[in-house]
Amino acid sequence: MTVVQAISKITMPRLSRQARDNLTGYLFVLPWILSLLVFTAYPMIASIYFSMTRYNVLNPPQWIGLANFNEMFRVDPLYWTSVSNTAYYVFFAVPLGLAFGLVLALLLNQNVKGIGFFRTVFYLPGLVPAVASTLLWMLLLNPQLGLVNQLLGVLGIGKLGWLGSPTWSKPGLILMSLWGGTGGTMLIFLAGLKEIPQSLIEAAMMDGANAWQRFWVITIPMISTTIFFNLVMGIIGSFQVFASAYVAAGNGAGPLNTLLMYMLLLYRNAFRYFNMGYAAAMALVLFVVLVILTLVMVRFSRNWVHFEDANR
Amino acid sequence: MATIVQAQPTSAAILRRRKFIRKGIASTLKYLILSLTASMFIIPFIWLLITSLKVTDQVFTDPPIWIPNPIAWVNYTNALLSPAFPFLNLMKNTLFYVLSTTLGTLVSSALVAYGFSRIRFQGRDFLFAVTLSTMMMPGIVTLIPTYVLFKTIGWVGSYAPLVVPSFFGAAFNIFLLRQFMITVPYELTDAALVDGANHFDILWRIMIPLVKPAFLVIGVMNVMWVWNDFMGPLIYLSDQKMYPLVMGLSAFQTQHSIIWNQLMAASLATCFPLIVLFFIAQRYFIEGITLTGLKGV
Repeated sequence: MTVVQAISKITMPRLSRQARDNLTGYLFVLPWILSLLVFTAYPMIASIYFSMTRYNVLNPPQWIGLANFNEMFRVDPLYWTSVSNTAYYVFFAVPLGLAFGLVLALLLNQNVKGIGFFRTVFYLPGLVPAVASTLLWMLLLNPQLGLVNQLLGVLGIGKLGWLGSPTWSKPGLILMSLWGGTGGTMLIFLAGLKEIPQSLIEAAMMDGANAWQRFWVITIPMISTTIFFNLVMGIIGSFQVFASAYVAAGNGAGPLNTLLMYMLLLYRNAFRYFNMGYAAAMALVLFVVLVILTLVMVRFSRNWVHFEDANR
Repeated sequence: MATIVQAQPTSAAILRRRKFIRKGIASTLKYLILSLTASMFIIPFIWLLITSLKVTDQVFTDPPIWIPNPIAWVNYTNALLSPAFPFLNLMKNTLFYVLSTTLGTLVSSALVAYGFSRIRFQGRDFLFAVTLSTMMMPGIVTLIPTYVLFKTIGWVGSYAPLVVPSFFGAAFNIFLLRQFMITVPYELTDAALVDGANHFDILWRIMIPLVKPAFLVIGVMNVMWVWNDFMGPLIYLSDQKMYPLVMGLSAFQTQHSIIWNQLMAASLATCFPLIVLFFIAQRYFIEGITLTGLKGV
């Protein structure tokens, strides 16, 4: 027995094994407990408080009850504009992204030669920062002489106004999101497809199922968790679209406010007008909507999502 | 006799040939669709490169010019040396932001994941369940109060609000590392404990080498997220000298009424290092994306 051990034996009361484990365990996870308290629990509670105040950061918050929510739902026309813009964006960007990602993954999953090349090509746009990719697409979507309109001209379709037109600004933004996001979705689907046991497919082929039947009876149920995950994450992410709209609208909100996304309005209220109370109320509403949407999806997914087993 | 057989192939042979032709058509179709989509994904990249090398009056032409003549390398020197887009400084800031948060998230996530996977403390399962529930939580609700908090303690205008939280762990990274660590057999770590090693030794010498791939995945994903982070710096930084690349790019666009060739040169310079990293560590990028998908929920 060394001297140190001997001393510690005398000075420190002997702890039971459980007490020692508790002590070391909590020391290891201490940073995370602090993070949960300071960066998650406190902000969640505080956001409920701030949403019921008028607060510009400089002066102390002033309690105004539900006035922010009244302003939001009944008075501010921009609020509903931002809601409908965001809903439009989510409604098209998420299903289109899922469909394209799945089709590409299915094609790549069929023993394609050069799969590595295609995979890289589809994923590469996902690496480009939203600011850079939005600038690139502003060039491509130029209404007069952009490459996209010139291509459409070759196909006999007239020039579209894209980001300068109230009708085409959001489709332009959705196009950008498809270019940047489809690759990631495809990679996730591809991994899901690789998990399908080959024996299952062979058995179905033996029974005479054609490719179409195999797709609906085996592939879709077997990757339903992946579809579900992509759907939930896609919806949560798309509702919070910001950087591309911010850059594409060039410090504004796009033609006739058509690029005024929810997060853009929230950002303006918080950090341009320092209307923190109103912004906190907006954030709270979006949070509640997203949580409800996620729970509803989880509930309904029980009918079509086939979880393999509980402890994955 | 042989010639007759050849002249009248059996029905099985006909079927086989039909199947062969059908397979040929299917595979041609497959490659046609793949190549068509691949070109739709790659042409914007090529256009980015081409435009960055064009002289100004060749940027918008009808029909489009595909081969810049002359090749205007000067766009790169003009963009990257202009005071409006101080590339070296922006790059230095980005590297600081990326490397410090990566260090923070790796250290903190390793410690916390080790605690969750190896030490049987009371309340562990509850705490882990809380961690899981925050993983899918939309971060939006914490934005305003967190800003107010950092404003109150005087950190707004510095990198502290962007970097310090990473040293306290991130739910998803903790979860991912913990999933890998629980697969390490207890015999291995218990033997070390009996031999007198402490938990830090075990984490550093046994666990981290064994879960290195997961470690690299987390590191690479963090580099990618932080390199591309726009909203964080936009909210917390005000001094242009402190801007990371993406913010510099955004400022460059608003200050200069869109000089497209230089803007494209600057855009390419902004994402180039990340693309290089992708080709070096492609495996970990792809695993990262995949794990985000499969290990979630």
